Amino acid sequence: MAVGKEIRTKIASIKNTQKITRAMEMVAASKMRKTKDRMQATRPYSQKIGRIIKHLAHANPEYKHSFLIKREVKRVGIIVISSDRGLCGGLNSNLFRKTLTQLSQWDKANIDVDVCTIGTKAAGFFGNLKTNMVGQVSKLGDTPHLQDIVGIIKIMLDAYEQGTIDELYVVYNEFVNTMTQRPTVEKLLPVVAEEIEEKLSGHWDYIYEPDAKEVLDHLLTRYIESIVYQGLVENNACEQAARMVAMKSASDNAGNLIGELQLVYNKARQAAITQEISEIVAGAAAV
Amino acid sequence: MTMTVHVDIVSAEKEIFSGLAEMVFAPAELGEVGITPRHAPLISRLKPGEVRVKVSDKESYPFYVSGGILEVQPHVVTILADTAIRAKDIDEAAALEAKHRAEEALADKSSKIDYATAQAQLLEAMMQLRTLDRLRKRGG
Repeated sequence: MAVGKEIRTKIASIKNTQKITRAMEMVAASKMRKTKDRMQATRPYSQKIGRIIKHLAHANPEYKHSFLIKREVKRVGIIVISSDRGLCGGLNSNLFRKTLTQLSQWDKANIDVDVCTIGTKAAGFFGNLKTNMVGQVSKLGDTPHLQDIVGIIKIMLDAYEQGTIDELYVVYNEFVNTMTQRPTVEKLLPVVAEEIEEKLSGHWDYIYEPDAKEVLDHLLTRYIESIVYQGLVENNACEQAARMVAMKSASDNAGNLIGELQLVYNKARQAAITQEISEIVAGAAAV
Repeated sequence: MTMTVHVDIVSAEKEIFSGLAEMVFAPAELGEVGITPRHAPLISRLKPGEVRVKVSDKESYPFYVSGGILEVQPHVVTILADTAIRAKDIDEAAALEAKHRAEEALADKSSKIDYATAQAQLLEAMMQLRTLDRLRKRGG
């Protein structure tokens, strides 16, 4: 019977789509576990370096590093971390919306902005806006290495040291849990050391080798790098989590759609059969 | 009992060692240093080389670091290891490359299809279609 051929092909095609979204969901779930582990693995470093920075802020170095000094803000730098691929729900669009509100605030205050992007999505988005893009890296994969992002951080740090920019920010998705990812704007420069909990007694200072300037230069650069790297791995975990959730709801929606179409198909089939029978009966009655 | 000091060795990508030790040897920039408990606060850059953690007379663990930072507080020694050998010119090259890529991305706009934008536009069109569909359903 040639009833509802279109409906049947439609059901078949939705089933195919559902297979794909299911597969993507499962891939994302397993990748999420790995990226979460990686995110946890980077925590100790950022904690330790944060602690050293706190100690330093309470030591009394004879030398004040430019990264620690506040300046009047005329131009800011911003590093935007996005994913390389789509199909992860509203992850990137939420991040970009947050960034844009921040950008428009600066625009109102007559502050210019330099943008560096990590990830293809951000590059595409900010490449089309009228922003001043000064650096870009993408296609870092699921296991990004610190070396991959050294370049763009160097651009920003150099700009800060030369006085081109007066503040530096990073934007990324913070991993709250599997269901929630929060777009976050974090200030990197000038470095603000938080209050220290443990008491370090009196007036003291480190012994610096080779000298304070060199060591502080090195340490602060590593500090900024570690924060950006942490943001990157966190954003990666967010991407997988968001994709998993998005694909799950896509699979569910496909299931619903198939159910509805099946119902329509059955109705049509039944109507056709009923019509045929009544035609036969009517024909028999006429004879 | 011998005195011990808490030692943490971490790299940006993972934790390498954490525990108590009697002494730590590290390749500081001005020569190898040996840190015992209650050392004065010290902060130094490290050269590529071997960090040795002496846990007891019999046990000691060697680690290779490709540079990094050593911080000493009287009761804590922290070693922040770099993940790769870093030099000024390598960093510089990476910076130049990133800049170059940004320029490329900006120049590419007219010639090639920008997939991210295309996708954004597609998404918008789909949303419009969906609302239209919903309106139509309500109307008829």
